[in-house]
Amino acid sequence: MVPLSHYLALSVILFVIGAAGFLFRRNIITVFMCIELMLNAVNLAFMAFSRFRGNLDGQIFVFFVIVVAAAEAAVGLAVIIALHRNRASLNIEDVDSMKM
Amino acid sequence: MNLEILLLLMVLPPLAGAALNGILGRRFSQATVSLIGCGAAGLSMVFALLTAWVYSHSTTQPAPFTYPYFTWIQAGELRAQYALYYDRLTLIMTLTVTVVAFLIHLYSRGYMEHEGGYYRFFTYMNLFLFMMLTLVTAANYPLMFVGWEGVGLCSYLLIGFYFRKKSAADAGKKAFIVTRIGDAGFTVGVALLFWTFHSLDFQTVFQRVKDLPPGQFESVLTAVGLLLFLGAAGKSAQLPLYVWLPDAMEGPTPVSALIHAATMVTAGVYLVARSSIIYAHAPSALAVVGLVGCLTAFYAGTIALAQNDLKRMLAYSTISQLGYMFLGCGAGVFAAGIFHLMTHAFFKSLLFLAAGSVMHAMSGELDMRKMGGLRHKLKTTYATFLIGTLAISGVPLFAGFFSKDEILAGAYEGPLGKPWLFWLGTFTAGLTAFYMFRALSMTFYGKSRVEPEAEHHLHESGYKMTIPLMVLAFFSIVAGWVSWPRAWHGSEAFDRYLDPVFSPATEALRNASPELMGGLSPGALMGFSILAAAIGIGVALWWYLKSTDIPEQLAERYPDFYRILTHKYYVDEFYNWLIVRPLCVVSDKFLWRVVDVGVIDNVMVNGAGETTASVGGVLRRIQSGNIPSYAAWVVLGAVVWLLYIFAAHS
Repeated sequence: MVPLSHYLALSVILFVIGAAGFLFRRNIITVFMCIELMLNAVNLAFMAFSRFRGNLDGQIFVFFVIVVAAAEAAVGLAVIIALHRNRASLNIEDVDSMKM
Repeated sequence: MNLEILLLLMVLPPLAGAALNGILGRRFSQATVSLIGCGAAGLSMVFALLTAWVYSHSTTQPAPFTYPYFTWIQAGELRAQYALYYDRLTLIMTLTVTVVAFLIHLYSRGYMEHEGGYYRFFTYMNLFLFMMLTLVTAANYPLMFVGWEGVGLCSYLLIGFYFRKKSAADAGKKAFIVTRIGDAGFTVGVALLFWTFHSLDFQTVFQRVKDLPPGQFESVLTAVGLLLFLGAAGKSAQLPLYVWLPDAMEGPTPVSALIHAATMVTAGVYLVARSSIIYAHAPSALAVVGLVGCLTAFYAGTIALAQNDLKRMLAYSTISQLGYMFLGCGAGVFAAGIFHLMTHAFFKSLLFLAAGSVMHAMSGELDMRKMGGLRHKLKTTYATFLIGTLAISGVPLFAGFFSKDEILAGAYEGPLGKPWLFWLGTFTAGLTAFYMFRALSMTFYGKSRVEPEAEHHLHESGYKMTIPLMVLAFFSIVAGWVSWPRAWHGSEAFDRYLDPVFSPATEALRNASPELMGGLSPGALMGFSILAAAIGIGVALWWYLKSTDIPEQLAERYPDFYRILTHKYYVDEFYNWLIVRPLCVVSDKFLWRVVDVGVIDNVMVNGAGETTASVGGVLRRIQSGNIPSYAAWVVLGAVVWLLYIFAAHS
């Protein structure tokens, strides 16, 4: 058996990579991909726990997370397309018209 | 008709009149306004007469009638109701007030015809009448205080009636502020009464005081008496709070007649008389009342000697006569004080209204040095003014003689009487006769010194003004006959009438202080006062009718003395230096600059704003519009939260 800690370690590594990308990347699409990465890292952790505890609770929750991620991706991409139409730029630092 | 309804019907019409004229008066014609105003005053008078008649024929009199209509204040032990109280003293006061007020309202129809603000005038006059009636019919001290303050308010409004004139506005302020000092005394005195007797109803308090063994609570009662007298001194213009009354002459003359001669200024006397039993158990306070009254009478009389303004002279004369009333009460002969209150109301208001008539004829001039010989053109005004002058000078058979004589007799042989009070009072009576006949001569006799432009405007006033004058003149003659002196084998019926009201007090006083056997008989006392009046009249006529250069020669020979008199002993200047200027300096430099502008405006108001703004300025930087920074905040928040979870669960 692969020990639980290996799964969790992988989940954490994926989550941190996603968080780092979310913080430091400039392309909006990349940022969204990192968000998805973080969500999936969490899914991985849930699945690992579900297997090691022997019940299906974790897997049910994963379904919820997937649904939310999908909806969020749809809305987010719609916003990005609108932004791109207005500014012709996918640089997250260019979305700053709310600055003082 | 039951008394509780009649009392309300007497007190309330002026309130209704004031409300009606006050709210809708601007759209009414002068005829409507005066109909409402005089009608309300007239209704009060009619119901006052009816109430007097019903009360006099009721089976319970002379016991007081009181009726509580509703509970106004109920706070722990303190209960003050809207309750009215009617006894023989109230009867006298209400009849005097309503009759004089009605006549003055009628006079005002003529006097105020061409002045602006007609409806405003009658509104305030009606309101005043309501407040005054509340004051004299109140059954407890708080309600009386309502009336007390109310008349003070109306006095302020009416003195400053010509509010665009700075001197009038200032005079109104001065009156209110000076009487406020007295009101503070009144309030503390009432509080002390409550603290001691746990009630403020007249019947309860007076009964409890009456049942006290002699000497008990004397120090508290003395304090109460002195404090209440402070209030009375303010309202009734005695030393040292008299300074507002001469300035109050800025108001229209009917106001001077009603408020500052006949009614409001007598409220202080009424307060002392009503509280007679309290003073009876505090003889030292009563002695102070008599002393201040006598000194004020003399002091004001001396100032009146040198006044050239007709109304100002009458104002000082009023202060002086009020001093007599307090002398009467202070000597223990309360009925004599009230008697003089009544006669004075008639002849003083007559004198003021006649002065108003003169003022109208002289196109607003009041300086007697610019008058003279007016009796030919102003026959009715002259005749009535003469009657008033005879009355106030204490000429026998006119009203003032009887009342003044009773007071002087009381000053000599009353329970707290002292001979020197009698002598000073008699001398002052001589002064009174002198300055009144001086005024009479300067105004009506001799050669005319009237300026040419004013000369052709000289005319007698219309019937609206002369008829009230004649009615008041009639009363100034007969009002004294209700108390025919003992020295002339009379029964002093007026005093007997008020015995039930004042006998508890007079008995207590006689028990406390032994009767001093004065050396002079009542007849001799009367003789001295008549002599004083005769001398005063004689000298006045000699100096102002015959050898008219004597006053000028005297003024030249004693210039400093004369200057002090004409400047009213520089009291106003003294008060200004002692109290007004320091107050103004503190108000301006400290209370305004430091407290109001510095602390409240800057620190509190601006400070609150600027603190909020600067905190906001700092917090605003989170909303940078920079998305990566938002992302960073989200991550930071999540990390903090996770740390908290781990810390809390380990």
